[in-house]
Amino acid sequence: MIPEQLAYDLQQRVKDAVTHREAAIDVLKELQRHYGWLTDEALAEAAQLLGLSTLQVEELATFYEMIYRRPVGRTVIHACDSISCWSMGGEPLLRHLEKILEVETGSTTADNAITLLPCSCLGNCGDAPALMIGEHLYGRVTPERAVAIIEQLRLGMPTKTTS
Amino acid sequence: MTQILLRQDHTGQCLSFGQYCDAGGFEALRTALGGMSPNDVQQAVIDSGLRGRGGAGFPTGKKWSFVPRNLPGPRYLICNCDEMEPGTYKDRVLLEQNPHILIEGMALTCYALGVEHAFIFVRRGYEQAAANLRTAIGAAKQAGFLGSDILGSGFSLQLDIHQSAGRYICGEETALINALEGIRANPRVKPPFPAVKGLWGQPTVVNNVETLANIPAIIAHGPTWWKGLAATPEAAGTKLFCISGHVRNTECFELPLGTPLGKIIDGPCGGMRPGSTFKACIPGGASTPYFTREHWGVAMDFDPVAKAGSRLGTGGIIVFDQNTCMVAATLNLTRFYARESCGWCTPCREGLPFLVHTLEKIEQGLGTESDPDILREHVHALNYAFCALAPGAMGPVEGLLRLFEDELREHITKGRCPFGD
Ligand SMILES: Cc1cc2nc3c(=O)[nH]c(=O)nc-3n(C[C@H](O)[C@H](O)[C@H](O)COP(=O)(O)O)c2cc1C
Ligand code: FES
Repeated sequence: MIPEQLAYDLQQRVKDAVTHREAAIDVLKELQRHYGWLTDEALAEAAQLLGLSTLQVEELATFYEMIYRRPVGRTVIHACDSISCWSMGGEPLLRHLEKILEVETGSTTADNAITLLPCSCLGNCGDAPALMIGEHLYGRVTPERAVAIIEQLRLGMPTKTTS
Repeated sequence: MTQILLRQDHTGQCLSFGQYCDAGGFEALRTALGGMSPNDVQQAVIDSGLRGRGGAGFPTGKKWSFVPRNLPGPRYLICNCDEMEPGTYKDRVLLEQNPHILIEGMALTCYALGVEHAFIFVRRGYEQAAANLRTAIGAAKQAGFLGSDILGSGFSLQLDIHQSAGRYICGEETALINALEGIRANPRVKPPFPAVKGLWGQPTVVNNVETLANIPAIIAHGPTWWKGLAATPEAAGTKLFCISGHVRNTECFELPLGTPLGKIIDGPCGGMRPGSTFKACIPGGASTPYFTREHWGVAMDFDPVAKAGSRLGTGGIIVFDQNTCMVAATLNLTRFYARESCGWCTPCREGLPFLVHTLEKIEQGLGTESDPDILREHVHALNYAFCALAPGAMGPVEGLLRLFEDELREHITKGRCPFGD
């Protein structure tokens, strides 16, 4: 169940849309923010809010890189593996992240804190290699900076986005 | 060298609404609403020679002229800020510095097209750009440049932001329209083109951020002045070039359209980074065939780049040094396209993973003599895909075969990558 206020806000968003479906991505993102990932329950709630079938919502939910249809940790690190980052050491960085987090790409740390996922170009190619953590873009991430960023994440502290 | 797009305040922060207005911002909109007909605005854009900055380089004024003005119901403008083509980040830089110029450009465009409701489609990850736009829209509304009866002209405009959730195909204009409607973002069949039947079945223009951001200067200073900003008589205006890879300064620069490649790399890019020498580059984002040293003098403008065998694309230049394996680079690019294929049509859904497999084999030293021909057949066959994603994916593969066949064959004959792993 979602809190009343969130339900009300989402109903408003749907009501203001040109057609109900136009609000679908906003609704999915808000529900994901609430649950941490898009659970089956969230999917059903989205369908109800949008006046769609769960299958229609599933078609959307499985399409986008940043909608999670499986459980993720409290924080998700997206590591860009596209060409500019690749040319600037993106692959060694990803291997380094796997090592310090003790996870394989695509999985979550044992304490459920961090999920490591590869992703397509983040539009930060001039500051390669790039990461996106939460809603923040990080650039010029050296292995040393990666260690510092993760330490700070674990302490729940704000991190610097560029070097 | 005149810059009309990139403007920061002196601290390097996003330009405020007041700063933009003080520097002549929204004067073009005043001018247009005060004494130009919608057709005058469209004519100025046609005369300027502005070509779309989203990748295809289609003449903007001509695109606008395809929109029927006599159909019942609304017309729409969509600004395409999906920007997910690897190596491309110019629209983000522009919106982080100067969101107001896009809003003014969109207001002018909507006036020209008779559009009263427009959308900005923003990719996932551009949260700062979206926040800037939201603030800028609020300020413009308050000042009477958006909303109903703008500056007493009777022209009204509602401007909304749609924030997407990350998928490259959403940048393709018909897939974008589906995405905006909340439908799974597979492309639509063309024709009908969006200009006739687009968003919710209504006439719709889709233009890139940079394209629309050029409109205010065209109206404020006139098409002749604007055209003259280019480096050659054939080119028109300035261009945002966003640079990445092995040069010293990997930044976004606004330069005269038609500036030669070598001048960009040796000039604003500051040359190669220490220890690197130039081997090749991608001239216009991930879907464009490679350039090498022989293309140093090519004017970076649509037609000259096409004549030299590539495309100006988005203006995203990715530079590779002597230690870059072009097979590995092409493999990386092809993996991106295989992952981002929406799966709608067979050539793209099945062909791209097969190419990834073939390139992986070659890179691992397990390639066979027939593999280059297999690659070549795919470059041809993937042109029959449903939309332009798969043909775009073939850009680097075609470039690899044409310019680096020796390097490709060396992988096969030696049974290993000559660059190690
Ligand atoms: C797979 C694919 C992705 C695209 N991505 C973008 C994009 O992110 N931004 C963009 O402006 N155009 C993109 N385009 C081009 C658009 O379809 C369209 O041509 C463009 O937005 C038109 O704007 P313009 O005329 O101002 O260039 C893409 C095309 C394809 C085939
Ligand atoms: S290639 Fe990594 S941010 Fe663009």
